Amino acid sequence: MQDFSIITNWIHNLLASFMPGWLTVTVECLLVGVGLLLVYSVLALFYILYERKLCAWFQCRLGPNRVGPWGLLQSVADMFKILIKELIELKHVDRFLFALAPYLVIIASMLAFSVMPWGRGLQVVDFNIGIFFLLAVSSIGVLGILLAGWSSNNKFTLIGAMRSGAQMVSYELSIGLSVLTMVCLAGTMSVEGIVMAQYDGWFIFKGHIPAIIAFVIYMIAGTAETNRGPFDLPEAESELTAGYHTEYSGIHFGFFYLAEYLNLFIVSGVAALLFFGGWMPLHVPGWEGFNEVMDYIPGLVWFILKAFTLSAIIIWFKWTFPRLRIDQLLSLEWKYLLPINLVNLVLMVAIIVLGWHF
Amino acid sequence: MANIKEKIAQLFPQATIEGTEEQPLVSIADAQWRSLAKTLRDDADLQYDYLVTIVGMDWTDSLGCIYYLMSSKHNTMLGVKVATTDRQKPMLHSVADIWAVGCLYEREVYDFYGIIFIGNPDMRRLFLNIDWVGYPLRKDYDENPELNPVSIENERQSDTTDTYVEDDKGNVVKREVNVFEPGDFVVNIGPQHPATHGVLRFRTAVDGEEIKKIDVYMGYIHRGVEKLCENLTYPQTLHFMDRLDYFSAHNYHHALCRVIEKAAGIQISRRAEVIRVMMDELSRIASHCLFIGTYCMDLGATTMLFYTLRVREQILDIMEKTCGARMTFNYDCIGGVMQDLAPDFQADVKALIAVLPKNIKEYNKVFTGNVIAKNRMEGVGVLSREDAISYAVTGPSGRASGWACDMRKLRPYSIYSELDFNEVVATEGDSMARFKVRIAEMEESAKILEQLVDNIPDGEYCVKVPKVLKLPAGRWFEVTEGCRGAFGVYIESDGSTKPYRLKLATPCLPLAGVVDHITRGSKIADLITIGGSLDYIVPDMDR
Repeated sequence: MQDFSIITNWIHNLLASFMPGWLTVTVECLLVGVGLLLVYSVLALFYILYERKLCAWFQCRLGPNRVGPWGLLQSVADMFKILIKELIELKHVDRFLFALAPYLVIIASMLAFSVMPWGRGLQVVDFNIGIFFLLAVSSIGVLGILLAGWSSNNKFTLIGAMRSGAQMVSYELSIGLSVLTMVCLAGTMSVEGIVMAQYDGWFIFKGHIPAIIAFVIYMIAGTAETNRGPFDLPEAESELTAGYHTEYSGIHFGFFYLAEYLNLFIVSGVAALLFFGGWMPLHVPGWEGFNEVMDYIPGLVWFILKAFTLSAIIIWFKWTFPRLRIDQLLSLEWKYLLPINLVNLVLMVAIIVLGWHF
Repeated sequence: MANIKEKIAQLFPQATIEGTEEQPLVSIADAQWRSLAKTLRDDADLQYDYLVTIVGMDWTDSLGCIYYLMSSKHNTMLGVKVATTDRQKPMLHSVADIWAVGCLYEREVYDFYGIIFIGNPDMRRLFLNIDWVGYPLRKDYDENPELNPVSIENERQSDTTDTYVEDDKGNVVKREVNVFEPGDFVVNIGPQHPATHGVLRFRTAVDGEEIKKIDVYMGYIHRGVEKLCENLTYPQTLHFMDRLDYFSAHNYHHALCRVIEKAAGIQISRRAEVIRVMMDELSRIASHCLFIGTYCMDLGATTMLFYTLRVREQILDIMEKTCGARMTFNYDCIGGVMQDLAPDFQADVKALIAVLPKNIKEYNKVFTGNVIAKNRMEGVGVLSREDAISYAVTGPSGRASGWACDMRKLRPYSIYSELDFNEVVATEGDSMARFKVRIAEMEESAKILEQLVDNIPDGEYCVKVPKVLKLPAGRWFEVTEGCRGAFGVYIESDGSTKPYRLKLATPCLPLAGVVDHITRGSKIADLITIGGSLDYIVPDMDR
């Protein structure tokens, strides 16, 4: 397993050798920020193309294929378009909140990036409540959506925002509980710790039945949390035109758009971390040769591949299922997912206590 | 049906009865009209429970209406003529409480002729702007464009509506009624909205996610087809037919051609009949395919659209080869059809019949059996059989409520009586039933095509018709089956080359009229489900 901390330590030592301590930290923070922004935008561009290509594949189409080879530059062109578009000034809106909302949404998803396990030692911060921090910051997003819907002074956006509020608050519960189930198995909330605990096998195999239940629930709740079909009620195109972001234009709309795709990546990334070992290569206890070959594939590749595969499943949901109705959506959460989740948590604890896990 | 004539003559001796045996026309004074209407609907021998249309008329010396009624039980048809000589403030009694669809039809007559209906709860214009000057279908209408300039102001709208009621002394009093209750949260869905399938506007009063009332606004694509037709010769009027319900272009052409041919006494060849029926059924499959696709898209399952468009493309290719167009076909003409079939028509239709069952199976697999789809559609927007008849909801939507209203079976026209096909009827009356009925109808249409594709007789595809076509003086009313329901055509001729009055009773107007009735108390998302499952086409209702 390659250890990226060698590189990060080298950079740290290099900077520290000719800078005072406070400047080193500042420069490192800047570097990390720039790096994250770059990763963030490149990922978003990739995801837009990825979804369009996948969806085209489901629908017997070719998808974008004019700009660049295989349409690779399509989303770059789209980005330029959205950057140079006019920000339309609306009358009768709450200017401050209206402008603040997209930033809240984007900040929530950027903060979540800081605890993503990209590879061994390739992580912005690793602290003992990493996964808890992630849950906390990702729920800032709902605030942005509520504000966007409220401040637009439009009936469609208001209904969209209210739906979104109800939906996200409900599904946070399921996400939290399924994460908690896996934290029990890992015995730690530190992201690094969770990954290392899967050295001898991913949790989905180690935790068997309760882990699989938790995984299914996590995927359903995660799809709902990202406001994607079949749970895309807040922006239900055929009902509310574009839901909470109807009134936004230009890059402000772009922020919502980006955040949606990045949230998709975050949800799949966290699923990869909790159930498929994050950046941890596939290890089978006893098969030393196999494990060594797997170790040659860098952790970064493992993590990204896992996240993309899980995203593909979520995208597949969207392009197959019809949309739920708001009451069905809430009863799914409160009447089915939540009780199953609570039972599952008890089951997981029992299995850990009895030592029935692998 | 001499007994019907006798019965009415016995009960209402003042009424005069003329017309043919199968389509009698009763003339009655306005004072007795309401009691006649009640008798017609409630009498066990009569039971005219389906109001097909109200034809507004201007006979220059009097204004009036012809009500066409059908009985869902006895399958009989009847016309009732009610007129008033007052041109300044013409008033008739409303039958909106007897046949629910009457409310909408009477508003249309009011819009075009200015006839006020006493007792109608909502006497607003239906299609034209609220400040329109004059009543366009009156024969003395002033067409001067300066009277009704194209406005660049915002659209005017009124939150109140007028209703005229008769007090105890027989005086008619005008009352102003609010459309919505004060304090209602009214959301404007449309005219530009992804799910209204055209420029239709629902003013929706909601309480949270729940719908309290819907006020349907129409007329955004009103082109005055009926008015335009009065200045065109009969062959020219045909060209509007594919601009109403553009998915049943063939069926509508067929319907109008049939009435004109019947009136002019033209007998068309069997080859033309077979071609027309085949085109009708191809249209039906294409139309239902598009319905399935767009409906699934409304519910959020976008991918289905592409699967259904695949089949529709195949049909459009067949049509393109023969008609030269993929939409607005303009294929049927008086005397037959415009051109002969393309050489590979038969092979193409056979190829379509071969792939259709596979595709329908796939649709059911992807969508119909899906648990989310079931939850969204089952029990949503339930329309009872009685309401379907009262609101004149015909076509697949009516049949899903258990009303066998297929005009191909009830009043077989063309060669439909010789064909073997089933009328698909469901009893649930919910959105799911409306969806399933359409899928089953595609199979039935394929069955018809199968019977005809190898039996297209030789002969001329268009018989000779006079260059200048004049219809004898008289009136004709025929109902045929479009893709979305019963399509009625009324022609009144004064013996010239142009129709004195051409009324098109389209199926989509009642479909939009029933939306308010079946969405009350359901969620906003259900409005989309219900509207989609009714499958209305806005140009068809606006005309």
